[in-house]
Amino acid sequence: MPDLGKYAVAVLSAYGASLVLILVLVLATIRRGARVRRQLREVEARQGREHG
Amino acid sequence: MSLWEYANPKKFMQTSAWVLPWVTGLAVLALLGGLVWGFFFTPDDYKQGATVKIIYLHVPAAMMAINAWAMMLVTSLIWLIRRHHVSALAARAAAPIGLTFTLIALATGAIWGQPMWGTWWAWDPRLTAFLILFLFYLGYIALWEAIEDPDTAADLTSVLCLVGSVFAVLSRYAVNFWNQGLHQGASLSLDKEENVSDVYWLPLLLCIAGFVLLFVTLVLLRTRTEIRARRLKALIARERLG
Repeated sequence: MPDLGKYAVAVLSAYGASLVLILVLVLATIRRGARVRRQLREVEARQGREHG
Repeated sequence: MSLWEYANPKKFMQTSAWVLPWVTGLAVLALLGGLVWGFFFTPDDYKQGATVKIIYLHVPAAMMAINAWAMMLVTSLIWLIRRHHVSALAARAAAPIGLTFTLIALATGAIWGQPMWGTWWAWDPRLTAFLILFLFYLGYIALWEAIEDPDTAADLTSVLCLVGSVFAVLSRYAVNFWNQGLHQGASLSLDKEENVSDVYWLPLLLCIAGFVLLFVTLVLLRTRTEIRARRLKALIARERLG
C-alpha cells in the first residue's frame, strides 16, 4: 500500500466510490441480461409448444 | 460487406457474441493494469501530493461521459435518418453507462477539489456543463422509460440527444470557450509539451483504454439485452392477440 499521507481519505474514497459505481453498473447489466434471456426462452418454449 | 449489415439484429447478435469475450478480457486487463500501475507504482505530484492518483479515474470517466453521449448522438442520427432499430437500442443501452461515468467524473472531481481548491463544488463553466450533461442523461433515460411505443420513444429520445449534445461539447470545451473558472485545461493533448509527465501519462493512457473497452463491453451486452427485450415484448403482444 503506498503512503497517501494526509490525502489518504480523499484518494481512497475516490477509488472506493468509483469502483462501487462500476460494480453496480456491471452487476445490473448482467442481472437484467440474464432475466430477459430467461423470460425470452420461456416465452419461446411456450409458443413453440402451442404451435406444434 | 457493408456496415449497415450490423443493423440487422441477427447479424449484430452473431458478431457481438464473437467479439464480446475478447473485448471483455482486454477491458479487465487494461483497467486493472492501469489502475494498479497508477495507484501503486506512480509517485506523488510535487503540488497535488497523492491526490494525483485520482486522475486515473477522473480523466477517463470524464472523457467517456462525453464520448458516450457522442456515440448516442451518432446512433440517434442513424435512427432518425435510416430507421435502424439496433442503432436506437444501442443509444438506449449506452445511456446508463454514460450516466455512471458522468457520476464518477463529478464525484472524483469533487473529492479531488476539496483538498486542492478548498471546495467540493464551484459554478465553473466546465463543472456546470458536466452537471447539466448528467441531468440530460437522467432525462434521456426517463424519457425512454416513460413512453410505451418504442418507435416514438426512440424518436423523442433522439431529439433530446441532439439538444443535449450542446452540453456534451460544452463539457469538453468550456475551459477553452470561457477562459475562467477553477477547472484547469486538458490533462492530455496531442501536443507533447502540454501533456502531463510520462510517469503519469502512460498509466493514464492504459486506464483510458480500459474505460473505452469497458464501455464497448457494456454497450454490446446491454444492446443484446435490448434486442432480446424487444423480441420478448413482440412475442408477448402476439400471444395476447391470439
